[in-house]
Amino acid sequence: MNAPGSLAAYTPSMAISRYAAEYQTIAPALPGQNLPWLQALRAEALAQFSAQGFPSPREEEWRYTNVSGIKKKLFLPSLDLAGSDVDAEWLKSYKLEDAWILVLVNGHFSAEFSVLDGLPEAVTVMGMADALAKQPGTVEKYLGKAADQAEHSFIAFNTAWFTDGLFVHVPAKLVLDKPIQLLHIVTGSDAMATTRNIIIADDMAEAKLIETYVGKDSAYLTAAVTEVFVGLNADVTLYKLQSESEKAYHFGGSYIKQARDARFTHHNFAFGGLLARSDIHVDLDHASECELNGLYLGVKRQHIDNHTRINHLKPYAVSRELYKGVLDDRARGVFQGRVIVAEDAQKTDSQMNNRNLLLSDDAEADTKPQLEIYADDVKCAHGVTVGQLDEKSIFYLQSRCVDEETARNMLTFAFANEMVDKVKIKGLHDRVLEQVLVRFPQQGVNKEWL
Amino acid sequence: MLSIKNLTVNVNDKQILKGINLEIKPGEIHAIMGPNGSGKSTLSHVLSGKGGYTVTGGSATYQGKDLLEMAPEIRAREGVFLAFQYPVEIPGVSNIYLLKAALNSIRKHHGQPEVDAMDFLTLVKEKVRLLEMDEKFLYRAVNEGFSGGEKKRNEILQMAILEPKLCIMDETDSGLDIDALKIVSEGVNSLRSPERSFVMVTHYQRLLDYIKPDFVHVLANGQIVKSGGAELALELEDKGYSWLEEEAA
Repeated sequence: MNAPGSLAAYTPSMAISRYAAEYQTIAPALPGQNLPWLQALRAEALAQFSAQGFPSPREEEWRYTNVSGIKKKLFLPSLDLAGSDVDAEWLKSYKLEDAWILVLVNGHFSAEFSVLDGLPEAVTVMGMADALAKQPGTVEKYLGKAADQAEHSFIAFNTAWFTDGLFVHVPAKLVLDKPIQLLHIVTGSDAMATTRNIIIADDMAEAKLIETYVGKDSAYLTAAVTEVFVGLNADVTLYKLQSESEKAYHFGGSYIKQARDARFTHHNFAFGGLLARSDIHVDLDHASECELNGLYLGVKRQHIDNHTRINHLKPYAVSRELYKGVLDDRARGVFQGRVIVAEDAQKTDSQMNNRNLLLSDDAEADTKPQLEIYADDVKCAHGVTVGQLDEKSIFYLQSRCVDEETARNMLTFAFANEMVDKVKIKGLHDRVLEQVLVRFPQQGVNKEWL
Repeated sequence: MLSIKNLTVNVNDKQILKGINLEIKPGEIHAIMGPNGSGKSTLSHVLSGKGGYTVTGGSATYQGKDLLEMAPEIRAREGVFLAFQYPVEIPGVSNIYLLKAALNSIRKHHGQPEVDAMDFLTLVKEKVRLLEMDEKFLYRAVNEGFSGGEKKRNEILQMAILEPKLCIMDETDSGLDIDALKIVSEGVNSLRSPERSFVMVTHYQRLLDYIKPDFVHVLANGQIVKSGGAELALELEDKGYSWLEEEAA
């Protein structure tokens, strides 16, 4: 028998009841207390989480990812900014130049670190708690409309617990000439940052947004949900740079609803975290287009899971997807990509690709592309590769004076760099490049020559 | 320059080269001809250090050093250049990056400082013009999406910039139309010098119309069965290889 309170005595249900009990003390401090619709939504989400707990590998969409490490800990949210110890110099290294920046510290909007000067008056950019106070009607119209909390319990967890987030509303026909960066930082050990973001681009608007997730070297939990609404013929590009601490747990979901003729591009750079899972779900309307790009780099014992779903709901929509993974040491990468073509979605044009490069015998890639097609006049393709560096290419480089180790580094870098090169925002491109270079042996990759 | 003595090579326990002897002096052009499966490509691969071949006997001495002991990149830095039959596509590595990496590896090997960035660009652009290539090629990924002719031209561009002493050309004419063959041959001819030697491995005589060899050797069944001057190639064009194979047998 294990002594009560010892780690081995933990069961998942105990962890859940501890979270549920903890919730009672935290609830009064969560934003939106005066909003009955939100209270009802949170109560429903809490009930769902209490009943289901965290996702289990028994669920098909979680079969490669075991989150039991989260259950063993009790991460605690901060109720406000007080007590957050922010290293301003460290934070600065993640801030982009020439961007509007909204900083969330341990799940709370920090006006002190944010940069919103010169934002066009017609555009709304504010923390979610502020938005719930100032524009509750607008938030109500969108919150939970792209992310379905019945989908899995992390969404429910986020809905019940979220403390703050980003709220962006770009009005019709407005083109934002600078990107908006959401800089999400966690500074405390055993901390929990639960944030909810809403991005709305009205008809014919254009916007570029960058989600950056970073944390100091400690174990913590990020559970973020971003809902994106792309209006008629609007164009949204969303970058996600996930650079969490190597002990952190990251769950991040992006849920996108596209109107007719809307365009959406996603660049997902999954580099950090001990265990990181990202879900990207896109609903496509008539003749809309989406492009999903992803790069995951795993070293040591990292587990990085990316799960995408593209719903072709109406005719003539186009989707393009390319995810690449590089896995070294004992890292494990998971890619699950689903494309669902509804009966009504004739003339769908869809391509999905996942390519994995394994650098060590102990690294693992699990990849599962799924096409579900209910229409009969569509063009859908998918491809998957899991492999090692090509020996022919290594010899070719050696025959051009490059030693074998450098040749391997060059080829590994080149494999990843295809995705980095798709980033057209200079400041972000350079930061992503740096992040790639620090994760893999860079001897032989000369930055000055690129 | 290169002295090969009684070289025997196995691939998967099967003997492919059965005692090759060859002397190549500075400035000479040697053509190695022979039917498919005679061991021509094996010879060029073994000399450039490709894996998968086991040397079971004999020697290859390059400028007084044991060539077979050197790693492929060391051979390359010492001045041995293999022009590939099928140049490999390297997505994500630009031509100019590889050229710079290669040239600086050679310079470092010889104790010289890195090439000055401006001098390098001037040199590369001059060679690009010489080979009638588009400068845009420099910034494209190595061989990615290149036509057969463009790939071969790119090999010659690398050769022109790296200035090797011994060029091994593996079936350079394969996949080339007549215009590309002319440009490639002119490129090679412009690189001829009293200090530089060439080994041209080829199945057909037509390349030798453009690049005149000093010596022609016929490889059959893993051995050199006949050697002669440029006129031997014409004789082969006329009579084929079978009479030599019969003679050897």
